[in-house]
Amino acid sequence: MSFVYLEDGARFDGVACGAAGAAVGEVVFNTGMSGYQESITDPSYARQLLTFTYPHIGNYGVSEAAMESSAVHARGAIMRAARNGRHCAGAESGWLDWLAGRGVVAITDLDTRALVRHIREAGSMRGGIFPAEVSEQRARELIAAEPSMNGRDLAQEVSPAEAFTLEPTGAGGGDGPTIAVIDTGIKSSIASNLRARGARLRVYPCTVSAAEILDGEPDGVFIANGPGDPAALAYIVEELRSLVGRLPVFGICLGHQLLCRAVGLETYKLRFGHRGANHPVKDLETGRVEITSQNHGFAVLGPAGERTLDVDEPVRWETDFGVAELTHINLYDHTVEGLRLPEAGASTVQYHPEAGPGPHDALHLFDRFIGELSRARAGI
Amino acid sequence: MPRRDDLKRILILGSGPIVIGQAAEFDYSGAQACRVLAAEGYEVILVNSNPATIMTDPDFATATYIEPLLPGPVTQVIERERPDALLATLGGQTALNLASTLSADGTLDRFGVELIGASADAIRRAEDRELFRETMVSAGLRVPRSMIASSVAEGEAALSEIGLPAIVRPAFTLGGQGGGIARTRAEYEQIVAGGLAASPIGQVLIEESVLGWGEFELEVMRDRADNAVIVCSIENVDPMGVHTGDSVTVAPQQSLSDAVYQELRDQAIAVIRAIGVETGGSNVQFAVNPTTHEIVVIEMNPRVSRSSALASKATGFPIAKIAARLAVGYTLEEIPNDITLATPASFEPTIDYVVVKWPRFAFEKFAGAEPVLTTHMKSVGEAMAIGRTFAQAFVKAMRSRELDVSPEVDLPVEELLSRAQRPGASRYDEILEALRRGASVEELHERTAIDPWFLAEFAEIARDPDSTFRGVRTFKAVDTCAAEFAASTPYFYSGWERPGQDGKPTHEAARGERAIVILGSGPNRIGQGIEFDYCCVHAAQAVRATGREAVMINCNPETVSTDYDTSDRLYFEPLTLEDVLGVIELEQPEGVIVQFGGQTPLRLAAGLEQAGVKLLGTGVDAIDAAEDRGRFGALLAASGCKAAPFATAQSIPDALREAERVGFPLLVRPSYVLGGRAMEIVYSTEALADYLERSTAGADGREIYLDRFLENAIEVDVDALCDGTEVWVAGIMQHVEEAGIHSGDSACVLPPHSLGGPMLARICEQTSQIALSLGVIGLINIQFAVVGGDELFVIEANPRASRTVPFVSKAIGFPLAKLACRIMLGERIAELGLPADPMRGTHVCVKEAVMPFNRFLGADSLLGPEMRSTGEVMGIAVDFPTAFAKAQAAAGSALPDTGTAFITVTDGDKPAGAGLAAQLHDLDFRIVATRGTAQAIERMGIPVTVLNKVGEGSPHVVDWIARGDVDLVINTPTGSGARSDGWEIRRAAHTRGIPAITTLSGGQAAIRAIRSARGGEPSVISLQELHRGR
Repeated sequence: MSFVYLEDGARFDGVACGAAGAAVGEVVFNTGMSGYQESITDPSYARQLLTFTYPHIGNYGVSEAAMESSAVHARGAIMRAARNGRHCAGAESGWLDWLAGRGVVAITDLDTRALVRHIREAGSMRGGIFPAEVSEQRARELIAAEPSMNGRDLAQEVSPAEAFTLEPTGAGGGDGPTIAVIDTGIKSSIASNLRARGARLRVYPCTVSAAEILDGEPDGVFIANGPGDPAALAYIVEELRSLVGRLPVFGICLGHQLLCRAVGLETYKLRFGHRGANHPVKDLETGRVEITSQNHGFAVLGPAGERTLDVDEPVRWETDFGVAELTHINLYDHTVEGLRLPEAGASTVQYHPEAGPGPHDALHLFDRFIGELSRARAGI
Repeated sequence: MPRRDDLKRILILGSGPIVIGQAAEFDYSGAQACRVLAAEGYEVILVNSNPATIMTDPDFATATYIEPLLPGPVTQVIERERPDALLATLGGQTALNLASTLSADGTLDRFGVELIGASADAIRRAEDRELFRETMVSAGLRVPRSMIASSVAEGEAALSEIGLPAIVRPAFTLGGQGGGIARTRAEYEQIVAGGLAASPIGQVLIEESVLGWGEFELEVMRDRADNAVIVCSIENVDPMGVHTGDSVTVAPQQSLSDAVYQELRDQAIAVIRAIGVETGGSNVQFAVNPTTHEIVVIEMNPRVSRSSALASKATGFPIAKIAARLAVGYTLEEIPNDITLATPASFEPTIDYVVVKWPRFAFEKFAGAEPVLTTHMKSVGEAMAIGRTFAQAFVKAMRSRELDVSPEVDLPVEELLSRAQRPGASRYDEILEALRRGASVEELHERTAIDPWFLAEFAEIARDPDSTFRGVRTFKAVDTCAAEFAASTPYFYSGWERPGQDGKPTHEAARGERAIVILGSGPNRIGQGIEFDYCCVHAAQAVRATGREAVMINCNPETVSTDYDTSDRLYFEPLTLEDVLGVIELEQPEGVIVQFGGQTPLRLAAGLEQAGVKLLGTGVDAIDAAEDRGRFGALLAASGCKAAPFATAQSIPDALREAERVGFPLLVRPSYVLGGRAMEIVYSTEALADYLERSTAGADGREIYLDRFLENAIEVDVDALCDGTEVWVAGIMQHVEEAGIHSGDSACVLPPHSLGGPMLARICEQTSQIALSLGVIGLINIQFAVVGGDELFVIEANPRASRTVPFVSKAIGFPLAKLACRIMLGERIAELGLPADPMRGTHVCVKEAVMPFNRFLGADSLLGPEMRSTGEVMGIAVDFPTAFAKAQAAAGSALPDTGTAFITVTDGDKPAGAGLAAQLHDLDFRIVATRGTAQAIERMGIPVTVLNKVGEGSPHVVDWIARGDVDLVINTPTGSGARSDGWEIRRAAHTRGIPAITTLSGGQAAIRAIRSARGGEPSVISLQELHRGR
């Protein structure tokens, strides 16, 4: 037996699975119905306890191909009816065996829907998965020892120690663009989408300076997804301001939040975040709606400090980098989902076009970015 | 893009009678469409031949035509009503085919009617096998290797390319009708020939077998702006080889990784774009190789389907409603999500529970038909269950089946395994039993190819059944979003969970105000179909109209009653006493209604009353007084009504003894059955003994009923309302077939065409006496038999809503079920403003039953006391023959205008049979007959060609029918059962789709109808015109 305990005193009982022990972190939930392994290895879940709303998790086992990074980043998994099957073709291990092997604490047979409803109403908060023998008093102490997500720089925890290069895997014959990646916790799917389109990636620690990037003479810059509070990453924002306008920039998720901060927008913490594979996002330029993969706890405020945008066209205003446009909105709650700096050749999205897991509706954004870089390279 | 203002009037086509492969789901989708379009301010014109539908309630459309879904009548409707557009994607294959015809023959162009939803081109690309294949290949998608054959010779040529096993799919047929899997050369030849005949365009697709691959369906929606979303994924637990309608299915898919699932999603969207369905929902079916994850596209329906109804109920995303809005120009983004109200419909539902659908079969009704599942759908209904885990949903669905007889699983393990290998109706009962006795998951996977994930779940259910339901019953909400947003729509299911921190269940449903619980009718089956769901929906409407809250409990995903818009709260639960009491404990209702859902809720009545639940309307004692033979006999005697001699026997020897006293011929059946299950007419002690031995009557301590069978009687059905002191007779229906044919299978006419005023008055009087004596509060149905013109016998009384309630309601223009519900809630008949003679009017209405014999080719199609029809149609006209002809046409057995009539009748019927021949001769029919009948006909001076009986050598009568040389068969039974001549004749007629009439009175009605049809196409009339002023 074990239980989930939240900082507001709510308790949900279940059965321990995965590795033995306790785990604390911010308790969040993801509403996707598949892709558990991709999610739990996504660096953006660092220091979080991931609740899966779909009851059966582990149905098709785990495989190397589904890794979004080399490690499990979530602190623990909270499930309703976990499974350890490995019958599925391509499964290299059972999910629960794999969690245990990687030392990940997990709990199952827990009423995840009750937990999710609690978080939906009260907001995401810190909590922990504890063995039954841990007292609630002790649980409270352990939770209190975990810092709040607000103001936390977690990018450095998941960023590489040193720069390295990833060669292209797909078309382009080695003739594709070189992209400098500011690695705040990049997902494998992003890297593989860029490489498959012929790009060579020069991946830098998130503490990299603009000068160092420019020294490498890349064709463009990519700012990755990642965990933590974007407001704690002023040092990246500063370097970005030196890069925007000099090189084409593309960014995803945390990368989007950082570029927005670089043009003067503020970020804030959502009540319980967006995590799932079914969020509709509208491209205000084309009017098209895409179903997107999402994983973020923070979001961007509009230029007037507004949390939601009730608009049918891009919101435009002047910045240090020329005109800026908020190009995408989330149709669930009308929060900001995309930014574009046409004059500076930069654009970012809050959601995850690389999927992994989730729908592929927005893969064309990679084509667009690589296409722009290739055209620039060819001098068109 | 807002709604289109250039459209004013929209024609919607329904799907017609309930048949296998096309059931109540199209009433659900059509009713939603009508409601939404009316709310958008459009004038809706509706055509549907099925009176037992909610969509044909007159307040669902501006003009409602209960007319045959055929080009002639629909063209007339178009000419009269001049719609701007036709929406045909919500009425199943029937509506789609009809729309294609009206487009191809220029009717739509001629009247300037735009096809909305799916264009004629899109329909063709999806439905024409070759075009579909080409479209898929050019979109870069893989389809099974296949070839088209339009002749037996082309079929031969295809065999060498494709190899065996091969799948044969006829073009343009419902539920794969006429197709199958061929494993041997002989099977191949037979199935190809059958498929060519079944296809209206004489075309079959012969396909590479993907048997044993995983089968998946995705429900995809697309709007005018080319935005596409997947509403739901559905995985068939039975791998490829069993029709999806016959498979146990689960939503969402369980066994595929996200990478493979996303590939399916991409392909589903590519399919809807390539086919070119511009707005609305489509269903795309895939096969996935379990080892390589190779994907092939199997088929797509460019319309709302059975699976989309299931997906709507499974997710809370109302596909039909949204499809209707998309068809008139909205985009997904502009349509709010009903359930959250805060978010738009341009999203993909995500669920945090598991849904299992289980088919309901009726093989026991079709002796002789092989009870094996193939690509040709045979189930007659389905139940759905929702649980927090797969096991919860699976076991709940299993108990929702409401089987009359438990499956036989007390067999050796090896026998269980080999049965499970060849999928039949009891496949999962066999699998669970095999696992319980130690068979391994690997062994079962080897035999069944079912994904090991499911088998592992079954093993757990078998090993420890209690583990599934550990915890407390907790009512959770269906909310489309896994609790990410607050839900405003009260749609609930029970899961078993740990209690909350306070020790109580974490219910999301709460007790309402003045709730009335209505118990639905569960899965459709023969004898209990959509009519009862219609009544339940009316009850909900009536309850809400009084300011109370309607709470619906049902487990049938096809229905309008399980549309969350129908009631104030919907509980998607099995209709067992325990599950129902679970809801009642939470809801604490004012009362519970058991009168409208057929036998299902009635079976629970006593248990509910014992548990202290207040039942509204007719009490348990009155139900018992009507069901109990002794009590009912005494009641009739006291009321001065006559019953045919009867007896109730407790055992087989008792029955044989009592039979002597009752006298032959007699009708024998087990007690408490619906639809004449296991009922037979026997003419001798030997025949009775034989019946008792064959049937399960008398087993498990159940009583056996014996009734003297009244030969050559006219059967009459009466529906009436009673408030305890007053009775109102709503409708008297005269059966077209003689007594002895189950009332559900008999055509009937309202008002009666050959009963005089005094007899009708006596029927009304006895109806009153019986209803008052029983103490009925609400509806009662009484069956009478009129013998020799002036003797009246009571056959039986059912103090509940009957199968004929919707038909009568539509015929007289008063909603009977709603009125009954008001009485049950306390109103008096005197307060309802009802006319003394509701049947007075200028029109005649005929109800005709629709039989599923083309699905069960081995079974005899002879009508009898056991009901076997799946649905009904209604014909409305100024006279009986015309109404009868309309009903026949609507039922799919249109009578020939002229041609060759084959007549063969029993000796007793020969004089009358010769009379029919004479009339047909006068109508210029060529008469052919077997020797004995021919002699009787010749004596009338009618030219007749003598045909060989089957035993007399070829060319015999069956050869004639099979060649297409016969247009009408009149055959009264000289014997039933497999391989009798009559059986061969009727089977051949059904294979060719020729009307085969098995009673003299049916023959007489048919001839009158043929004569009246000579006067030209009958005119059409809407219900609103018919009942103007009501």
